[in-house]
Amino acid sequence: MRMAFRSFMRALWAVIWKDLAGEMRSRELLSAMLVFSLLVILIFNFALELKTNARAEVTAGVLWATFAFAGTLGLNRSMAVEKDRGCLDGLLLAPVDRSAIFFGKAIANLCFILLVAIIVLPVYSVLYNQNLFVPGLIGVIVMGSTGYIVVGTLLSAMAVQARTRDILLPILLFPIAIPVLVAAVKASSGFLLRLPYTEIQPWLNLIAAYDVVFIAVAFMVFDYVVEE
Amino acid sequence: MFKNQPRALILLNWISLGMLVAAILMVFGYAPVEAVMGPVQKIFYFHVATAWVGMLGFLVAVISGIAYLIRPRKNMDISGLAAIEIGLVFLAIAIVTGSIWARPAWGTWWTWDPRLTTASIVELVYLAYLMLRQGIEDPDRRARFGAVYAILGFISVPLTFISIRLFRTIHPVLIGSSDPSAQGTFNMTPSMLQTFLFSLLTFSVLFATLLWHRIRLGQLEDRVDQMKMQAE
Repeated sequence: MRMAFRSFMRALWAVIWKDLAGEMRSRELLSAMLVFSLLVILIFNFALELKTNARAEVTAGVLWATFAFAGTLGLNRSMAVEKDRGCLDGLLLAPVDRSAIFFGKAIANLCFILLVAIIVLPVYSVLYNQNLFVPGLIGVIVMGSTGYIVVGTLLSAMAVQARTRDILLPILLFPIAIPVLVAAVKASSGFLLRLPYTEIQPWLNLIAAYDVVFIAVAFMVFDYVVEE
Repeated sequence: MFKNQPRALILLNWISLGMLVAAILMVFGYAPVEAVMGPVQKIFYFHVATAWVGMLGFLVAVISGIAYLIRPRKNMDISGLAAIEIGLVFLAIAIVTGSIWARPAWGTWWTWDPRLTTASIVELVYLAYLMLRQGIEDPDRRARFGAVYAILGFISVPLTFISIRLFRTIHPVLIGSSDPSAQGTFNMTPSMLQTFLFSLLTFSVLFATLLWHRIRLGQLEDRVDQMKMQAE
């Protein structure tokens, strides 16, 4: 039992490390996600006429829209790279539990989106003169991104195998990710507005429920998604 | 016209038609006109029934999906697709009929109420399902991915509903809880309740009929594909 767990963790770590090391060398994915995020914020600036001292409710919405868009960009790319160079087949041939591959990819994707958040938050704070370093907000970003990325990684594994793969991922992902995005926006704006914790808690519960449910389901169905 | 259909299906065709006519007669002849809203309230009988068929369709699809993943059988894939297509059409009818009712009752065609929003998101989920299937050529993979997505979509629906429910609602809840802030609520008289339950039954039978037809169509498509393959 303990041996099995240890080999699972080793496989998991190997997949994560592979993705992070590849990214450290090429930096294609992170740079694209980052520049894209800044562009999205810029577009929102004009679309919503965000002034410095933007209202907190708008801030939460803009942040999550940015993370969602940048997230699909990164998810698509991270799976497409595996598929194009035949790496996915190689990974699947490895004699390890397939869920280790799935969770490895998901954790690597989560690292990317959190890295984007780490850079976007201070930039946004400066541009709109608003302190975003609220511990609660950072917790919401971690929790919300987890659910979003788990579903996104599963769906991107499906989307890259389709003929219409570049356009398919957002169409598949957004309607299913709506609950976690809605809850994350509400919880984030709650923390930014410094609402009492009792008003934020239902949203946090919802994000936690979403995370748990979809991690479990993804764990169960990933085998069918990569099966040949 | 019916000569290739199994006898039970022909019978079901006539039963659905008869029940549909009876349901229309009951809605207009038997159920009383509601005192506050007037005749427009009559749309409620078919509105709820079509929404119910929509949900029934998605339920059948998720059951087919799970069954397919446990043991891959072509028929499970066909019934999943059939149920989702029917569900999409009927939920769309429910949205349109609801909109027609909302105009006089709420004074607006559309409001971002939890049920309305959830219904429109559900439509998008299952449209995405159809697009996913369209993008995949290999039939086995298409069936597998379809099953997985049907499951994911079905699980997300209650979560979506809860997330939007945490906002305030104005949609009337006629069965179960009563919310004082809902607008357009009314109490059902026994004849209204009978008409309502009969409409639900009618549309359930209609759903079964359509599902059977659509599954037969899917099987025929499958046979055509196989014949084409043999001819090549």
